[in-house]
Amino acid sequence: MDLSLLEELNAERAARRAAVVVTELGSGRQRLVKAQGVAGDPLAPQLAEVLRSAKSTLLTLGNERLFLAVEVPAPRLVITGAVHIAQALAPMARLAGLDVVIVDPRTAFATPERFPDVEIHAQWPDVVLPKLGIDAYTALAALTHDPKIDDPALIEALARDCFYIGALGSRRTHAARLDRLAANGVPREALARIHAPIGLDIGAASPAEIAVSIIAEIVGELRRRPTVDEDQSGRAA
Amino acid sequence: MADGKAGAPGAREDDVLEAAARWRREGRGVALATVVETWGSAPRPVGSHLVIDEAGSFLGSVSGGCVEGAVVAEAAEVIAAGVPRLLEFGVADATAWQVGLSCGGRIAVYVEKLT
Repeated sequence: MDLSLLEELNAERAARRAAVVVTELGSGRQRLVKAQGVAGDPLAPQLAEVLRSAKSTLLTLGNERLFLAVEVPAPRLVITGAVHIAQALAPMARLAGLDVVIVDPRTAFATPERFPDVEIHAQWPDVVLPKLGIDAYTALAALTHDPKIDDPALIEALARDCFYIGALGSRRTHAARLDRLAANGVPREALARIHAPIGLDIGAASPAEIAVSIIAEIVGELRRRPTVDEDQSGRAA
Repeated sequence: MADGKAGAPGAREDDVLEAAARWRREGRGVALATVVETWGSAPRPVGSHLVIDEAGSFLGSVSGGCVEGAVVAEAAEVIAAGVPRLLEFGVADATAWQVGLSCGGRIAVYVEKLT
């Protein structure tokens, strides 16, 4: 691999843009395809599939074997609410390989003492989230219970197509939340993407156990992305 | 270590591809190993990287520790010759006792020089 190709790839990764390195295993020839350049490529369908599934793959075309190495941005978890559950969830998410960002405008909660080594913003979500460039490789966990903080974050996460969106609160709390968001113009089908009550149903009781249920649900969304075939059969069903 | 923090959220100090570029810029001979195919219960998924320098230092993982030693040895020859190699490892290998995958899987690893 040429250093120049690798540096171009690393620049895409640093900007949180996906890219694919196509290698002809026979000749060693290589090229970089950026996500926005897929449409005009001779391998467009195969490239689109590896980008969507985030799974690198080996292809045989005629007598040439091609390796499609897809590099997608590191998954990230944005948490609104520098709360007790977040104190357990942040280190768990980091162990699972996610970059963690915490947003809470309440300066008594959002302190480095409570969250050592975590990127933390003591600002309102509607101010800070647009600057963070949240995207399809970002998960959002809304944990404050406070509509003034959680609602703007949920609206931004839905608009940015975050791969996971979860919100703390009972079914009743969530029903009221859905009404508020709908009144704010969020389409009903988008609202269906919110996981609430947040986390897998494992009977979690303590903040740490709730954090386990949330990280498990996030990993599930991250890793069980359907293939195109599954997706199509899902739609047909 | 400032370099590791230079980029965006995706750039970590243990980022294999960032390290590969950094090592090469420092003038080291560098090889990049990538898992290109797996069969059975392989420990690391397709696309996993291991970067190796001419002194045998490495970062990353292609098998969770089972065959890294063999890949590092092959990488030294790839760095010297400049020709990429496709390696296969598995329980059926003659070298299984030295470098076999205890999980019973098989993996193919592409090793190329960074130029």
